Amino acid sequence: MEQQADTLKVDDLAKSFGRGSGRVTLFQGLSFSVAAGQAVALTGESGSGKSTLLHLCAGLDVPDAGRVCVAGQDLSRLREPARAAVRRDRIGLVFQHFNLVPSLNVAANLSFQARLAGRPDAGWCDELTTRLGLAGLEHRYPEQLSGGQQQRVAIGRALASRPDLILADEPTGNLDQASGDAVMELLLSLVAQTGAALVMVTHSERLAGRLPHRLHLANGRLA
Amino acid sequence: MMYRAALSALLSHWLRHKVQLASLLLGLALATALWSGVQAINAQARDSYDRAAAVLGQDRFARLTAADGVVAQADYVALRRAGWPVSPMIEGRLRLGEDTWRVLGIDPVTAPKGVAPAGMRASAADFAAFIRPPGLAFGAPETVAALGDQPGLPPLRGLEGALPGLLIMDIGIAQALLNMPDQLTALVLPPEVGAGLPPVQTIASGLVLTAPRAGGDIARLTDSFHLNLTAFGLLSFAVGLFIVHAAIGLGFEQRRPIFRTLRALGLPLAALCLLLAVEVALLALVAGVIGVALGYGVAAALLPDVAATLRGLYGAEVAGALTLSPAWWLGGIGIALVGAAAAAAQSLWRLWHMPILAPAQPRAWARASARARVLQMLVAAVLGIAALALARWGQGIVAGFALLGVMLLGAALALPSLLAALLAGAARLARRPLPQWFWADTRQQLPGLSLALMALMLALAANIGVGTMVASFRLTFTGWLDQRLTSELYIRAETEDQAVQLRDWLTQRADAVLPIWSVERPVLGAPVRIYGIADHQAYRDNWPLIAAAPGVWAALADGSGVLVNEQLARRQNLWPGATLALPGKAGLRVVGVYSDYGNPQGQVMIGVDLLTTLFPDVPRLRHAVRIAPDKAAALAREVRAAFDLPADNVTDQAAIKAFSLGVFERTFTVTAALNVLTLGVAGLALLLSLLTLAQMRLPQLAPVWALGLTRAQLARLELLRALMLSALVLVLAVPVGLALAWALLEVVNVAAFGWQLPMHVFPADWLRLGALALLAGGLAALWPAIRLARMAPADLVKVFAHER
Amino acid sequence: MSARLAVLLTLIWVSLAQAQGFAGLGSGGDGFATPRRGHVLSFPVDHGAHPDFRIEWWYLTANLTGADGRDYGVQWTLFRTALSPQDGPGWSSPQIWFAHAGLTTPDRHFAAERAARGGIGQAGVTADPFEAWIDDWQMAGPDLSNLSVHAAGTGFTYTLDLVADGPLTLHGDRGYSVKSETGQASYYYSQPGYAVQGTLSLPEGPVQVTGQAWLDREWSSQPLAADQSGWDWVSLHFDDGTKLMGFQLRQGSGAFTSGTWIGADGVAQPLANGALQMAPLSWHKVAGRKLPVSWAVRLPEHGIDVTIDAVNPDAWMGVTPPYWEGPVRISGAQSGRGYLEMTGY
Repeated sequence: MEQQADTLKVDDLAKSFGRGSGRVTLFQGLSFSVAAGQAVALTGESGSGKSTLLHLCAGLDVPDAGRVCVAGQDLSRLREPARAAVRRDRIGLVFQHFNLVPSLNVAANLSFQARLAGRPDAGWCDELTTRLGLAGLEHRYPEQLSGGQQQRVAIGRALASRPDLILADEPTGNLDQASGDAVMELLLSLVAQTGAALVMVTHSERLAGRLPHRLHLANGRLA
Repeated sequence: MMYRAALSALLSHWLRHKVQLASLLLGLALATALWSGVQAINAQARDSYDRAAAVLGQDRFARLTAADGVVAQADYVALRRAGWPVSPMIEGRLRLGEDTWRVLGIDPVTAPKGVAPAGMRASAADFAAFIRPPGLAFGAPETVAALGDQPGLPPLRGLEGALPGLLIMDIGIAQALLNMPDQLTALVLPPEVGAGLPPVQTIASGLVLTAPRAGGDIARLTDSFHLNLTAFGLLSFAVGLFIVHAAIGLGFEQRRPIFRTLRALGLPLAALCLLLAVEVALLALVAGVIGVALGYGVAAALLPDVAATLRGLYGAEVAGALTLSPAWWLGGIGIALVGAAAAAAQSLWRLWHMPILAPAQPRAWARASARARVLQMLVAAVLGIAALALARWGQGIVAGFALLGVMLLGAALALPSLLAALLAGAARLARRPLPQWFWADTRQQLPGLSLALMALMLALAANIGVGTMVASFRLTFTGWLDQRLTSELYIRAETEDQAVQLRDWLTQRADAVLPIWSVERPVLGAPVRIYGIADHQAYRDNWPLIAAAPGVWAALADGSGVLVNEQLARRQNLWPGATLALPGKAGLRVVGVYSDYGNPQGQVMIGVDLLTTLFPDVPRLRHAVRIAPDKAAALAREVRAAFDLPADNVTDQAAIKAFSLGVFERTFTVTAALNVLTLGVAGLALLLSLLTLAQMRLPQLAPVWALGLTRAQLARLELLRALMLSALVLVLAVPVGLALAWALLEVVNVAAFGWQLPMHVFPADWLRLGALALLAGGLAALWPAIRLARMAPADLVKVFAHER
Repeated sequence: MSARLAVLLTLIWVSLAQAQGFAGLGSGGDGFATPRRGHVLSFPVDHGAHPDFRIEWWYLTANLTGADGRDYGVQWTLFRTALSPQDGPGWSSPQIWFAHAGLTTPDRHFAAERAARGGIGQAGVTADPFEAWIDDWQMAGPDLSNLSVHAAGTGFTYTLDLVADGPLTLHGDRGYSVKSETGQASYYYSQPGYAVQGTLSLPEGPVQVTGQAWLDREWSSQPLAADQSGWDWVSLHFDDGTKLMGFQLRQGSGAFTSGTWIGADGVAQPLANGALQMAPLSWHKVAGRKLPVSWAVRLPEHGIDVTIDAVNPDAWMGVTPPYWEGPVRISGAQSGRGYLEMTGY
């Protein structure tokens, strides 16, 4: 019941890399949950495994043990097609390197996931375009945009499908401080507007401080 | 030291990118293999022609010949007695059973040194045995073995290196064997002839002096065939170079960070370029050695068919075993180096002009800008205009092949633009996001794949073109055979006396007995076979005339008209209305032209009465017999029994047809084999391009995967993309292939063989080829797709963590 | 002299056969006629060819003086050899013909050769009217006493008219000439006394010449003895009108000698083995070999003791087979001119 309320619920999660004696345990026994509308900063040193944790939450990677539930669906029990469907329908992803689809223009990139999910909403896309300051750039291709513009497209893409969960990995890590702050502002306000849950990985104390909640990953444990 | 360190840093790239290395080596090796294989075949054939010419002394000695092919022995003696140091020679064909052997008679006493083939050795008594009846005949060991103890021949002796099918013997023995008493066919002159001799014409009129010529007539006759092979070799080489160019270009672009680092560390640009050139040369050397070895295999595999073709089509003997000179091996490695240099030139040029801190852009090399595409399209348009001009005004075989080359190159250059336009259109039409992405992504991949796709299109167009040409030819040829083989039985008597009896005997039993008598005589400077035909309804009904004057058959019967075959008509512009002089009779009217496929020589038909008047000594042995088809077999049995004729002397229509079709099919075996090989190379180019692209495409695929597609879905789309591209290329290749077929039929065939063929279109063959193209594309994409489907998610996730 | 013939023809055979790619030479079959002592030669029939004998020749040498006063020498030789003792028309004839022509000036030497098959008219000899020919070379009479001789080669041509006023000389026993102690023999006669006039065409231009010529006719079927390695042969015209034909066949350390002394009256006397003495006086290097081009010739029974010197020591016949043949001057007790031939060096 309470579980139903959590958009993201992580239970007893463990992940390690490598094999045999070279095996390195990133973390184990991690548990936390994020409710709808909640915004959580995930911090930690470089190599602490915070990005991996985020990828596990997105179903991009598979944990060694434990489970990840997104909107009540246990990803670890799902086969790949269903996991892909969860990503498509429930999750919005924002990467440090933007990772737009290079062959699609701004408009197509922005609406791409929403349309894949079968929830095209032209009005919402137009609004996002305007809010993100992308008006007039709709027919450009990613390579023709600045980093800040690209990241704004990526945010638009993540929000266009009105997902339950936004997962952002250092969304301003590749931007200078001014455009980073602007992007952060847009991200937070738009997430708040859609009521989605947000988990944002960052190593910046300053940025983490702007989010109401915070999880710190160190030595394989959350604090 | 610096160079070694730098070179090892550069070379380490290839160890980490083994597929790239493999594609580079394989592409270059295959290109070299096909090219040098074809060269080996040509070299082998030319060597055989040269040896044939050397046997006749044509390559080193000038010759005197007569217009009618026969030099009187008395003229020889008269010339000698006037001081001319000529040596007599007789050459002819001897039919034994179903095989024909070439007989060469020489006079060992007067022959200039070197007329007898090198290696002719015999024991002491053999000189006498050679010139004294029954004589001694030298032939290649296989010839001697094939002849066994054939009666009527001199004792045989094997001679290594002699031409297959040739028997060399004393001139007197040869005269007797060829039944040409007191006759010669040529007089050879030694290299130096004293001054002050009386003119030949004052001693023996009608003799013509021919200068020595390497290769001789056969080489001239077969030039077009070898040009054909060379063109295919070149096409295969070009297709292979597409692979090499792509692999080298990629290898350079991926190493831009290394280049940048090396230059930052103080390696001069010139040294870097030199090192890269050395690297390319090393790789080319390795690939060249592999390629030449492969080429040997290709040549050894194809040579028997080539030899059969040349024998069937031109009567040229080519030894069936490969003997290759060091020059060939070096040439093969050389062409690999040249090819690699050509493929690397663009990359090196770019590097030379690149600022030191140019950013690494792995996709930049492949991201053909719109401007580059416009340029390609412009060049393609120029080539297209050139092709039109060549088609309209071009003359001869070289123009024909230039037309083919220009057409293919133009089509290849136009391909990326056409594909891009098609894909853009499809993307605009697509409504759903996935198809939209599919088309857009395909279009973006196009620059990276276009070289491989061009190669595929060249291969497909060549396949369609040559296939259409061969199939058109086959259809025409079989129809022509049906027409031309008017009679049910073909019978050859053993002797003139027997022939007289045979005619009597047959006349009582068959509907008609038609003579097939002929002589070979020079007409307009080249040997031409002159046939005499009876005035019979069978010819009026069936003979395949492609041009005729009114009253053609009557003019033929009364001796005022001649028919010429298409080859002669085209070569000498002899169409109805022209006149022609035959030895002994001038001013004959050309009243018709008939098609005569599979025969490189000119041919003339006159009324049989005129033939026997002009050439009283014409052998009158062969006859065609018309009879109801159901009675033919019985008559064949009877005639064999009644005249004790060998089985070969009586042939029915079906057997001749089967034999002719067999020769036809063998003629195009090599073409077909090269076609398939070229298609294989193109498929390989596609595979290698897709493999190299696969690694680079992850950043494009990973976001889509992250947004909610499975790896299997992505893999299926990748496969579908390759199939779709192959299908598109095929669709675009069809018109190019048809244009190619048109050029082959209307230009190249006419120039090479002297006949023009109607073009027939065989869409069923395209379907088969389409399936083949899809198979090639599908197979090429299958492995990269499977790898994608099985890729660990962690590898895809890495995309999000690394800058690309 | 048939010894010289046999060796020469053997060498020609081998060289020719090798030139055309035949190694070695056949011994031929037996069945050839052999010379018989007591056989009476009959003319003009015997001027013609004897196809039932293995080997035969018509061998002319001439010592000439030009209008420019210089010495010249001319050689014209036709050889016949048979693969079997028959003849007939056409290429199947077993008769093979060869010819050598030489022209020697004091400082130049020209040589040429020809070869032909019998049976087709390219070469042959008819007795009456006399004609011997091969290609464009010929020696034709009306008869043997009135000949015109023509040959041409690279750089030279000669055309000579010959008139003989003396009788034929039959060597040995009425033309039966023994060639070795083991009995090899040939039929051998000569016309030693032609008066010559004619024209030599040289690269420098034509030269009118006059002089003397000597014709040898010989045929046999027997080869040399196995140990005979070569020979030295001379024909000498002495100024007093006497003539000498002599030769030695070198074998091992010694030699078999023979010859004929011809008096000024034309009467011939055969010389026994050992009567003639020939000794080299000086050697000359030509064509990579050393040959004696100056000889002491002694014939004590006729008071001959002379030195002969080559007019041109480089008179090397680079034909098939190669040998030395050229004009000589005689000095010493008698003077005159002659011809020297040397093989096997």
